[in-house]
Amino acid sequence: MSVVEGTARPAPIPVEIGRARGGPPRSKVLRRDLWWLQPLAIALGLAAFVGYGVWTAFRGDYYFAGAHAHYLSPFYSPCFVRSCPTDVVWGPAGSIGSVSPALLVLIFPMGFRVTCYYYRKTYYRSFWASPPACAVADAGSTKPGGARSRYSGETRFPLILQNIHRYFWYVAVLFAGILTWDAIDAFRFGPNGWGLGLGTIFFVVNAGLIWAYTLGCHACRHLCGGGLKRFSQAPVRFAIWRKVVSPLNAHHQLFAWLSLFWIAWTDFYVYLVSSGAIHDPRLF
Amino acid sequence: MASVDYERHDYDVLVIGAGGAGMRAAIESLEQGCRTALVCKSLFGKAHTVMAEGGMAAALGNVWPEDNWQVHFRDTMRGGKMLNNWRMAQLHAQEAPDRVLELEAWGALFDRTPDGRILQRDFGGHRYARLAHVGDRTGLELIRTTQQRAVGLGIDVYMELKIVRLLKNDSGEVIGAVGFYRDKGNFVVFSAKSIVLATGGVGKSWKFTSNSWESTGDGHALALWAGADAIEMECVQFHPTGMIWPTSARGLLVTEGVRGDGGVLKNSEGERFMFNYISPYFKDETAETIEEGDKWYEDKVNYRRPPELLPRDEVARAINSEVKAGRGSPHGGVFLDIASRRSPEYIKRRLPSMYHQFKQLADVDITAVPMEIGPTCHYIMGGIRVDADTEETAVAGLFAAGEVAGGMHGANRLGGNSLSDLLVFGRRAGLAAAERAKASSVETTLSEAQIKEVIDHATSFFANEGGENPYDLHHELQETMQNLVGIIRTESELIEAKEKLAELGERAKKVTATGGREFNPGWHLALDLESMLAVANCTTLSAIERKESRGGHTRDDYPKADPELEKVNMVSRYREGNYSVTPEPKPEMPPELMALIELSEGEGKSAPAKEESK
Amino acid sequence: MSAVSTGELLMKLWRGDASGGDFVEYRLPAQEGEVVLDVVHRIQATEAPDLAVRWNCKAGKCGSCSAEINGQPRLMCMTRMSTLPIDEPITISPMRTFPVIRDLVTDVSYNYEVAKLIPSFTPGPRPAEGYRMFQVDVERGQEFRKCIECFLCQNVCHVIRDHEENKAHYAGPRFLARLAELEMHPLDTLDRRAYIAERMGLGYCNITKCCTEVCPEGIHITDNAIIPLKERVVDQRYDPVAWLGRKIRGRPRPMTPADVEPYTGAAAKAARAGQAEAS
Ligand SMILES: Cc1cc2nc3c(=O)[nH]c(=O)nc-3n(C[C@H](O)[C@H](O)[C@H](O)COP(=O)(O)OP(=O)(O)OC[C@H]3O[C@@H](n4cnc5c(N)ncnc54)[C@H](O)[C@@H]3O)c2cc1C
Ligand code: SF4
Ligand code: SF4
Ligand code: FES
Ligand code: FES
Repeated sequence: MSVVEGTARPAPIPVEIGRARGGPPRSKVLRRDLWWLQPLAIALGLAAFVGYGVWTAFRGDYYFAGAHAHYLSPFYSPCFVRSCPTDVVWGPAGSIGSVSPALLVLIFPMGFRVTCYYYRKTYYRSFWASPPACAVADAGSTKPGGARSRYSGETRFPLILQNIHRYFWYVAVLFAGILTWDAIDAFRFGPNGWGLGLGTIFFVVNAGLIWAYTLGCHACRHLCGGGLKRFSQAPVRFAIWRKVVSPLNAHHQLFAWLSLFWIAWTDFYVYLVSSGAIHDPRLF
Repeated sequence: MASVDYERHDYDVLVIGAGGAGMRAAIESLEQGCRTALVCKSLFGKAHTVMAEGGMAAALGNVWPEDNWQVHFRDTMRGGKMLNNWRMAQLHAQEAPDRVLELEAWGALFDRTPDGRILQRDFGGHRYARLAHVGDRTGLELIRTTQQRAVGLGIDVYMELKIVRLLKNDSGEVIGAVGFYRDKGNFVVFSAKSIVLATGGVGKSWKFTSNSWESTGDGHALALWAGADAIEMECVQFHPTGMIWPTSARGLLVTEGVRGDGGVLKNSEGERFMFNYISPYFKDETAETIEEGDKWYEDKVNYRRPPELLPRDEVARAINSEVKAGRGSPHGGVFLDIASRRSPEYIKRRLPSMYHQFKQLADVDITAVPMEIGPTCHYIMGGIRVDADTEETAVAGLFAAGEVAGGMHGANRLGGNSLSDLLVFGRRAGLAAAERAKASSVETTLSEAQIKEVIDHATSFFANEGGENPYDLHHELQETMQNLVGIIRTESELIEAKEKLAELGERAKKVTATGGREFNPGWHLALDLESMLAVANCTTLSAIERKESRGGHTRDDYPKADPELEKVNMVSRYREGNYSVTPEPKPEMPPELMALIELSEGEGKSAPAKEESK
Repeated sequence: MSAVSTGELLMKLWRGDASGGDFVEYRLPAQEGEVVLDVVHRIQATEAPDLAVRWNCKAGKCGSCSAEINGQPRLMCMTRMSTLPIDEPITISPMRTFPVIRDLVTDVSYNYEVAKLIPSFTPGPRPAEGYRMFQVDVERGQEFRKCIECFLCQNVCHVIRDHEENKAHYAGPRFLARLAELEMHPLDTLDRRAYIAERMGLGYCNITKCCTEVCPEGIHITDNAIIPLKERVVDQRYDPVAWLGRKIRGRPRPMTPADVEPYTGAAAKAARAGQAEAS
């Protein structure tokens, strides 16, 4: 979807390919540490989340603890479909059929995370083994002529689509807003009462973590000020870049995991409360 | 005659050395439209200049508007104990600001003042904060900027190529050079109308040095062998603060910035001993009490600077005396303490690379405990004698700039004056070399016999059956220079060194290189030894001849400066296989400049225009 | 695997050249406070005078002594022996991404070829009172200018390490950081985005961050250089909103690779050669 007229195929960098290289064959890993541990742990972590997400999204039930308080599972927010509880339904209710509401909305946060620069690193490493760890050969790269002997990175379809991450970010800001709304809503107990339950706290933390993750996004960092050539000419954007977004960005990995885990936890908590398995202690 | 195999190149100007001086010379020559080649012994962009930390001195007047070239000139001459070539010191002080601004226009990112100009910092011996800098990696910035500029201009670079001899024609002009690629071991012959030497320093002849592997004095040797004169080879600067522990890091520099930012020197009794070593020469501008010295850090206008910031020769000598008097640290140095004086955050912010250097190499946390330091061989003030305006040596067509050239710094160099020296005289050498190349109609036809002789000599080490290991010989040379021609010298030891060097010289001819010519460090060292011995000989002979103490040259048996010797250069030459040194009168300074030197203390001192931003 | 007794080091150094080679074992007494390069030098000074190793400053400032120590790309002069498991053999091998010359020395000329293809710094005209830049404007660039060109990042980058043919159209992390520095330089006037995407192969990087992990200068190559470049390229070619904004506001057309190519060292050299021929 290049919007600039492309030019002819570029001239190559003059370098002789295929000369002998030193050291043992590339397939031999000389690292002595447990280099495989991290990619494995990450793969397991991601797989666990995806597993949980599928279960929760297809469940299509127990995502709103409305009988007790306005706890709407973040997997199901915003709730668009006919089956949504009237208390929390958005838009022209009932216009959309009766699929699980989660399936409709999850595309956006999923797309945001799948194209996130940090998650790209994790799944390229853990699932695609490209590379599995630093100084460890890409899977299949040592087999000449094999299916994976060549590598084009993010230059071709489909991976070139990673470049649309920015659009997911715009939507993600909307979602962060919605989850913030849900957190406020989580203070509502009964038809018109206000209160504070243990779950309310979980919702507030959830919204906070989502914001920390969303504002620490690299696209956000670029848009808020990183794209400038001279910071001194835009002091406000610079302050946002320096004081807010860059520090969050430095911990993007941390917030990526915390927010991921916390969404699942909040959802599970709503499930437990709404299915009656536990009782949400009301603190105030 | 059997033909020898070598690669052949023809250029207008050949620049030997790609440190700051060589880069700048090559850029100038290219811009003058000359076909220019740049050769260096290591990879391109790795020259020793990358190690420079503190900054480059130039009277830009960004922090202190009253700074100007006259004051810089005066500081340089006084720091050099008046042994400097006055014209070089003048040109340097006048042109340094332009050279720094030029770097900025080529993309260098210096630290900035609050109003967006180049920030300058304080350094020993400079009256005003004058050093343009980038954190503690100014040399790297200089190299990258000039390297990228040279690459952008499309320079021809020959890297990992060591020049072993210069070639001259019958009328005594240099017209070429022979060298070999260190990686492949094959020989290369260059013909050129002008050759610029910018090969840097000589530290590798000493055991403890802050210098890199390359500093073997090749340029000094090449020029001497070609018939040029070297001056003041006895003036070697020992930087007062080098690491001394662990042994493997011994010699590594601890930047003067540590003292500039509040670090103090203490002996094993915990005493700040520098107050006992303030020479009359600097009495007026140095604090007398600890209280006064400490106040200077906050108020540089109303208080005098602490004696820890005296010029390097003074501090190095003081440390040496403390150690000799038995008040040294466990590993034979003294303590440099900033931990007890500044907060850990401050130290980490101001001195990041020092913090990491100690943490990584010595596992010492300088924010918690004092550093152990001692003097380390750092810089040679002496070098090839050149014309101040054109940098041409006594040999027609041969130019020299940077550390390899002598005269600019006299008997002692001020910190930061070297980087600006590289640019000022690198440019002048490149310009003069280009002009000569354009004007000259000299035939650069090289003699095959000469070439063959050089190549035969260079490869002779492979044929030396059963000779010594060059590493052992290098080790002995370093021990000799460290112990006998170190910071404090006496006649008897110098004579002993001279005899030892004669012996080493004979043995060096017979060392053996094992293995092949492809990237063979043993062989490279055998060839480097020739240069190191040339330097060692000249330094020792000049040290014997200069019967006084002045700047970097300290004689135990002649502890005072001799006003008569202020007027002479010690000139080293190489004739018929022998090195010799003769005192010769040095150029006299015109009275109007002399007046600048005598500028009284306290003049032109006022508050800094702008506070330092970091 | 051979046993190592206490107080002794067992070093396995890769020795050989383009025609092949293998690890050679050296045993020597352990000494306090040494870095890997010291041990290599001791081997060189005693058992193997012709052992090829590249080094220069021994202070972590020149970036010459890059190698792989127990399989990890590192500077030999900045790796203390006491940080390694010295009760086991220590292996040292040359950087694997570059062709070997001999022993631990590799041919890194690829990097110098890329450097010639970087469109140079091109400032606007100098105002009479000189250029002004503020500390906040130069800090981003200063981070990248800490680079000592050790090429460890180039070595570890799987784009060229594991897929050598990509060397022909990929600049590698070191030079992407250099390009980022130029794009962020407050005085520079070129727009290299299309060039970076097309000729420097920005899209090959899959931001797996190994370059950042090995950089001895601690430069955040991926986060602070490569990703910002990717975002700049998105601005220019994958963002219809930005494209529309440019059209409406009449901003100049982004420069094409052909526009900036003349500013490279390679082009300057070719022009010089052309001139020489003509005269
Ligand atoms: C640790 C340290 C810190 C310093 N800090 C400062 C500072 O803060 N401020 C300051 O002003 N000065 C400082 N100095 C001094 C300054 O860095 C040097 O004096 C200066 O860099 C010398 O530059 P040069 O261009 O003359 O030579 P070098 O940078 O030494 O370059 C020499 C070049 O010549 C080449 N060469 C040598 N022999 C041959 C040969 N035979 N054939 C081919 N090529 C050859 C080498 O490969 C190299 O490229 C410092 C020095 C050290 C050691
Ligand atoms: S982040 Fe990109 S440039 Fe860095 S090593 Fe990984 S693929 Fe290479
Ligand atoms: S960016 Fe870091 S790893 Fe890469 S060459 Fe520079 S210093 Fe080395
Ligand atoms: S959300 Fe991770 S980079 Fe955008
Ligand atoms: S030798 Fe210079 S970085 Fe290691």
